[in-house]
Amino acid sequence: MLKSPTTDQTISKKQTVSKSKSTFKLNANDKYFSLLFLGPSLFILGLFVFYPMIKTFYISMFLTNTLGKTSVFAGFSNYAKLLQSPDFLNSLVVTLAYVVGVTFFTLAISLLLANLASKKLPGISIFRTLYSVTMGVSVSVAAIFWLFIFNPSTGFFAIIANALKMTPINWLTDPKNAMWAVIITTVWMNLGFTFLILLGAIESVPQTLYEAASVEGASPRFQFFKITLPMISPTLFFVSTITIIGAFKSFGLIDLITKGGPTNATNMLVYRIYKDAFYSGNYAQASTEAIILTVIIAAFTLLQFKFLEKKVNY
Amino acid sequence: MAENNNSLIKRILTYVLLIALALVILAPFFIGIWTSFLPTMDIAKGDLFSTNLSFDNYVAAFTKTPILRYLANSFVISTLTMVAQLLFCSMSAYAFVFLKFKGRNFLFGLFLVTMMLPFEAQIIPNFQTVKFLGMLDNYSVLIVPFLTSAFGTFMLRQSFKQTPAELKEASDIEGLNHFQFYWNVVLPYNKISMITLGAYSFLGAWNQYLWPMLTTFSNNSRVIQNGLRQLQSEETFNDWGMIQASAAIIVIPTIIVLFIGQHYFKSGLNEGAVK
Repeated sequence: MLKSPTTDQTISKKQTVSKSKSTFKLNANDKYFSLLFLGPSLFILGLFVFYPMIKTFYISMFLTNTLGKTSVFAGFSNYAKLLQSPDFLNSLVVTLAYVVGVTFFTLAISLLLANLASKKLPGISIFRTLYSVTMGVSVSVAAIFWLFIFNPSTGFFAIIANALKMTPINWLTDPKNAMWAVIITTVWMNLGFTFLILLGAIESVPQTLYEAASVEGASPRFQFFKITLPMISPTLFFVSTITIIGAFKSFGLIDLITKGGPTNATNMLVYRIYKDAFYSGNYAQASTEAIILTVIIAAFTLLQFKFLEKKVNY
Repeated sequence: MAENNNSLIKRILTYVLLIALALVILAPFFIGIWTSFLPTMDIAKGDLFSTNLSFDNYVAAFTKTPILRYLANSFVISTLTMVAQLLFCSMSAYAFVFLKFKGRNFLFGLFLVTMMLPFEAQIIPNFQTVKFLGMLDNYSVLIVPFLTSAFGTFMLRQSFKQTPAELKEASDIEGLNHFQFYWNVVLPYNKISMITLGAYSFLGAWNQYLWPMLTTFSNNSRVIQNGLRQLQSEETFNDWGMIQASAAIIVIPTIIVLFIGQHYFKSGLNEGAVK
């Protein structure tokens, strides 16, 4: 599909016809070309992003029947109702706990891995490959692997606990542990990608900085905290926002591992939207929750754009 | 001397740490793949060190479940999504970089806004739309909404902007029209970004979970992510061996591709991150 750059030369052999005419054509036709080039994307985004977003906001301002038809205008009362509902507040708290847990452990462990793997040792490339391996794991596979490990009777953790004559932990039936189970699985899935990005950042820190510090007799710990961390802080910020946004949108693992349970302990925002809309038929409430989710995600994406602005200067 | 010893010990400790961490990260794979070779009977008894190893679970997964059909569905849908995104994202990115038209900044602003809106928050009207269009339980429902992406456009725009101005001038002098310049110059010049976006969009489509779960109901269009869930709920806990084999069947090819492409992927990712 892609032609090699040498096409430049073949083009210059072919094209010798009146230059002025064609340059003129180029500019005059920009309007039509732009319609042609942008049209398909605008159409798709309009139909599947802008329209549904406006519609969701619209529905959130009404009461709806079980068919999703709007009945009575409710203003912001749906929002007021939600923010007073203990059930919804629980979802918010649970989501926040999950996001904080996932982000903290993903970054801390990836940073440790990336720092270790950036050392110039023989065979280090093997470890780099191994550490990035979870990038190739999709939600359903991760869920199956970990469900087996967490399984209370035949699971790997249970078998180890039995062998050590300890009582196995109820990973999935105890509310607190279920949250940990979901966090552990998510962090494991996130590691590969975050590790690779951070490794790239650490490797691009100028070696001369470390050499200078070594001459001064600075300890490796000092070098890590005073050179590596500050130098990679933009990338760290970037992967943090990506991890946070991803965690807020989490659905697949929740559905596969806990189904929001036990007793709503892992009933996070997106899972709630799905349940309210497609199980309970409460479209107004689901839409209101969707708008709240949008506000949260938009805020973090804005933060990320701020980073991109600073980082990229042409 | 003492210093040498010291650095040797440090070195050994580093390797020990490196290996220990690798083992922890890989443990779920090892456990999953190991149990995929064990009879479910032994797994149920907790006899993980059984020596009754066989490929029976794999044979069962291939012959008794529609896993191949799920894989084929996922592959076709992800490939088509990738090709469409490469085409439409590069076209809109081209328009934003090389075309002058009224409202360009406004439209680009709209694209940026799109990136802030999570798809998960739009599922209710989108479900109604695809139902209205008669697309439910069909490949099209998993492809059409994702024909383009604001993120892809944004990423390619950043890359296209770095196309040297001399190339544009030369093309103008040669009298290339926009199609020729786009196809023969801009796309080949930005090959790396295109491949990065290709990998990104393929993986994105491959890992979709919520949307296919809502919109597909039969094995004809069910993708692998939801297919595994289906197997798991049908076989609830009684055939762990086969479930692990199914998971292994899916994960092994991706890991091999990752091993081969790791070096390449890394540079692509970093490029994407910095841009």
